[in-house]
Parts: sequence; structure tokens; C-alpha cells
Amino acid sequence: MYLYDQYDQAMVDARVAEFRDQAQRRLEGKLTEDQFKPLRLMNGLYLQLHAYMLRVAIPYGTLNSRQMHALADIAEKYDRGYGHFTTRQNIQYNWIKLEDAGDILADLAEVEMHAIQTSGNCIRNISSDHFAGAAADELVDPRPYAELLRQWSSFHPEFSYLPRKFKIAVIASDTDRAAMRLHDIGIQIVKNDAGELGAAFYVGGGMGRTPMIAPCIKEFVPLDRLVTYAEACLRVYNRHGRRDNKYKARIKILVHEMGAEEYTRQVDAEFDHMLSQGIEPPFAELERIRTFFEDPLFEEGASAEIDRSDPDFALWVDRNTHAHKADGYVSAVISLKPVGGIPGDATSEQMRLMADLAKDYSFDELRVMHTQNIVLPHVRVADLHALWTALEEAGLGSSNLDTIEDIIACPGLDYCSLANARSIPVAQKISERFAANGKTEALGKLKLKISGCINACGHHHAGHIGILGVDKKGVENYQLLLGGSEAEDVSLAKITGPGFDEAGIVDAVETAADVYLREREDGERFLDTYRRIGMAPFKEALYG
Amino acid sequence: MDNLSSENDTLIRYRDDEPVDHAAVTVDSFLDQSSASAVRVEPGDDARELLPHLERLSLVEVNFPAFGDGRGYSSAQILREAGYQGELRAVGDVLVDQVAYMRRCGFDAFDPDAPLNEADLETALSRWPEVYQGAADKRTPIWSKRHA
Repeated sequence: MYLYDQYDQAMVDARVAEFRDQAQRRLEGKLTEDQFKPLRLMNGLYLQLHAYMLRVAIPYGTLNSRQMHALADIAEKYDRGYGHFTTRQNIQYNWIKLEDAGDILADLAEVEMHAIQTSGNCIRNISSDHFAGAAADELVDPRPYAELLRQWSSFHPEFSYLPRKFKIAVIASDTDRAAMRLHDIGIQIVKNDAGELGAAFYVGGGMGRTPMIAPCIKEFVPLDRLVTYAEACLRVYNRHGRRDNKYKARIKILVHEMGAEEYTRQVDAEFDHMLSQGIEPPFAELERIRTFFEDPLFEEGASAEIDRSDPDFALWVDRNTHAHKADGYVSAVISLKPVGGIPGDATSEQMRLMADLAKDYSFDELRVMHTQNIVLPHVRVADLHALWTALEEAGLGSSNLDTIEDIIACPGLDYCSLANARSIPVAQKISERFAANGKTEALGKLKLKISGCINACGHHHAGHIGILGVDKKGVENYQLLLGGSEAEDVSLAKITGPGFDEAGIVDAVETAADVYLREREDGERFLDTYRRIGMAPFKEALYG
Repeated sequence: MDNLSSENDTLIRYRDDEPVDHAAVTVDSFLDQSSASAVRVEPGDDARELLPHLERLSLVEVNFPAFGDGRGYSSAQILREAGYQGELRAVGDVLVDQVAYMRRCGFDAFDPDAPLNEADLETALSRWPEVYQGAADKRTPIWSKRHA
């Protein structure tokens, strides 16, 4: 994985000093809260309902065991002994004191980590495929391109006061595991007919209150023009994105109102101009970054045989492992979705165990999934049983990846000052319901996502089943949505009808699941059945 | 640094030439009248409209009515990329925590609504030992140093 050189370290250290200085000036009253707010946000510090929340960047979701140990230590030292892994492959701590923030950033800098641009109206942490560098189906490892863009976007002088936040995802497989087309910019590394690598740019996607799927504006940007093209995309947005209305300020609205064709024309004109400005790093820089992402030394001829005599282990293998490009290896997913648990939460103890297991079994590497689970990317099949046994003992052995229990949920009204309704208790009740009624297995692949308000941090638009919490005359109310997907078959979910109360939404999810079980044809997922039969049978069952 | 306290308490310039002695006009009036050599660019103005006239411009003020409106950074970059050599002055809600990025985008003068603390300004401008990107200030990016 990528390691800092003296330059990267100097920049992160400078940022810590800058933030300490800013926090000090805030305490001295030289900065008003309005002036301080964007500065602390660009260091990941939010003011939540009960306390400050600090969001730490995990670039493209990759970290090593030393870094995971540091995250565990921070949770213990400055928070309540746990952290929350997020849908942007980051981690956030929910009970932070403002006066500790500088020290936490300094602790992070010691392990080549930071909270830079994890919030604010700037280019955010860049996300990627959690199986990058491991997946059997990828073209190349997408992370070197994400790292190149990470450096370009860090402390960008022109793009630090954008109309609104800006999220970029980079993938390099036709299978989209990063919700690429629901980003402000989604980049897919592709090969052209001449066999050269390049980048397809999708611009103007997003969730939030106005969900949109990004159109492809450029099918092939050569790799030695990647930064320049991104710069052109951002400049057109910075100049012309709406600033009169916060809710219309994302680039998706600009692309929609201007039209993708006109936006592309302006980007191309800006790009042509910028080619003469010399802002593209030399190809040697990309090659330097690539050396950090070379394959670890996989064992030749590692055995792919699995002893399936223990059915619990066999189920975990079937559900929680993913095909690897090296024979005899898999990527193993550690579910942070125990039945009745809080999706994405991990205690310091659990973080340390996951770190140690990564060191023992996965070449010292871990990944955070946007679905709020943890991946050990390179595990020998022969080691799976030992890994699973250790996870089981720590309560981390849930075999529920991609099932209805593998719920994405935002922090909701339990933590968030924007939320209208709680998300976590709904997620807990649904996982308990389906674990108890035994339908999880029969339902197969089913993505359920819950947001506690229309800002859609819980990706409800992209759930096969989505739940949106709203406020109905002071009472929490939950709308049900069906038919969304964040994957390569991307689509936006539609609302079924009137909402439900907290108990009612759990029943409604089960009702919708039952319609699928009744109507499905061979091999269909919930989403496939919904797409074939449409909303009507679900509505009939829910409201009929 | 040249503090012109006699005329303006808040003006900070990083240039050796004499400041323009008349007020800046709007972009529209500038395009209408050939005599003006100072213009003020508002966030919604298109800085590219000035490009055919750069030679007769000595001062471009870029207004920041609110510090969070970042359009002025692009206006500055565009002018410098086109070769504008005159004074580029950030005016309005210009705060000490924004000036380092403004310098990077080519601003060489500041006239903030509220005076900047001199020590804080020095600290801010010496904050970044390196830079990751090429920009109007022509500092050598990290990627260039790595492959020098």
C-alpha cells in the first residue's frame, strides 16, 4: 500500500499545526464560529447533537494493521472505546472534545493518516473498490489513480470553497462495488481498442434529496491527462455551480440544468486550455505510485481446497468470501453487522483483533467497505478456517454479507443533528426479525439501506429495499422504497406509498420480502423480481 | 510587504509598483469604456471577458462578498493563466485562513473588509512547506521535486 515520503509527511504535519493554530484562534475569539466552521469541517470535525464528531480519512478504504491499531487507540483514548465505519470507507468517532482534536490529528499523522477534507465544500476522501488489487474480475488496481487524485485534490487552492461537497470514486472493473455512478465524479479505468489504459468519466451523479445517475461525459481520457481532465471538470463546476441554494449546489444539478452535452463542451474547452498549463504530473509519478500497489508475494500453488464439514464455516465461506485473482486465495469479509448490532460499529478490541488477523493472514492489509464492513483482501484459502474461528470467538463471524441483515444505516437521530428519524434501531429490529424468522437465507442477495433524513447518507435510493426516515408532525415516520441499485445495474428506488411507524416499517419490509418469495422465478434476486413484476404487487400487499 | 497606511489601512500588497490611483469599475463599464485601467470582478462575472484587454489593465479587484464563495479563486487563476501581470487584489470578506490559497491562485494584494492580524498573516503565508499542485504562483509541485 502507499507509504508517505518526506513530502507527504510534511504536508500532513503542516496541516496539524495549521489546525492547532486555528482552534487556538477560535478559543481566543479571533475567529467567529461561522469563520471557524468551514476550517474545522475541512479537518473532519462536525458538531453533532451531543458532541463533536471527528471523521478520519481512510483513502480508498485501504489501511494496514498499524493504522488500525492507531484507530483503536484513538477510540479508547479520546472517545468511548468504539468507532463507526462509514459509507465513504472512513471511520468516525462520535464523542470527541474540541480541545482534543489537535492531539488526535497529531496521533493520526504519526501513522500516515489524517482527517483532511473529510467534510466541507471541497474534494472529499476518494473512494474505490474494496476488492481493489485482489478481485479476479478487475482490469487493473484502481488505487494508484485514486492516490494520484488524492494528492492533486489535497489542499487544492482553487477548489477548497466549492459550491458544495465533492465526491470522487475510482473503479477498474465492470462490476461496480463503489457506487461509482452515484458520485460527483465516477471514474472507471478502462482499456481502449488499442489496448491502452484510460479513464471513463461519469459526472453529475449523487444521492441526497435529488438523486441522479451520472452520465458518461468522456469515454476515454488518457492516463497522462487524468489530473488535467479532473481539473477542467472542477473548474467548470466551481465557476458555474449554483450557490444561491444549498440544496441545488451539487454538480448533479449543474449537469442536469446545463445539460450533459453543454457541460461536456465547456469541460473540453477548459481541458484544451489547461493542457498548456503544465499541471499534469509526469507519467513517472504515476509509475512511482503504482510500485506501492504491486502484488504481495502470493504463494505459488496454494491449495484451494476447503473442508466444508462444519456447516457454519461453510456458510461463512459461501457468503463472506470473494473470488481472488491469485489461485488459492480469497478476499474475506468481516461483517460488522451482527444481528441486533449497530451497522458499522467496531470496538477498540475488535479493531485490534482485525488488525492482528490482517497481519497474520492478509499481508498486513485491511479495507473498509462502503457497506460498512471490513475486508481482509488476500487470505489463503488454507487459512480461512483459522481466521473464521478467531472471528467467531470475537463475535465477528456473522455470515450475512449481501443479505438482508447486511444493512447500511446512517447514524440517524441517535447522533446526527440533520436527521429526522432514527436509523439504527430500525436496522437492529430488521436484522433481528429476519434472523428470527429464518428468511435471510431464502431471500439471498438483498441490499437494504436506511437513511434518517433526505440527505441520504444511508443510500436509501440505491437499496433493493430502501427506508427513508421522515418527520411527520413530530413523529418519526418511515417511507419504503423499492428497486434501487448502486452497482453496474444502477437504478434509483421508488417510494411504495404512505409511510409507516417504527414497528410498521419492519412489518412492511417483511411483507415486501414475502411478495418476492412468492413471485420470484429461478435465480432471480429481489431486485430482478421487482424489475420484472413492477411496483403493483408490492403495493397491493402493503396497502391493499 | 507594503502597507499604505496613508490611503488605506487594510490594503496589503506584495508588489513593488505604485498602486493604481483610481477606483475600479465594474466589468460591464470596463468593457464599455476604453480609458479605465482598474476593474472589479464580481463572483458571477466571467473573467474571460477581460482577456482581450489585459494589456491596458493595471488592477483587477476580485470581490469576495462572502468568504465561502470560491468563484474568485477561478477568476484569479484564469487571469494569471492568460498572462495577466498586473495587480490582482482580493477584496471583501477576505480572511487570514484563505490568503495562502489566494496567493497560490495568483493574488498579490489584499484589501479585506476587516484588517488582518499581521502575525497571523505571516504564519498563514509560511504554513505550507510544499504544494501538491501546479497553480498560478508557479511554486514547484511535490511531483516535480520527486522526479527532478
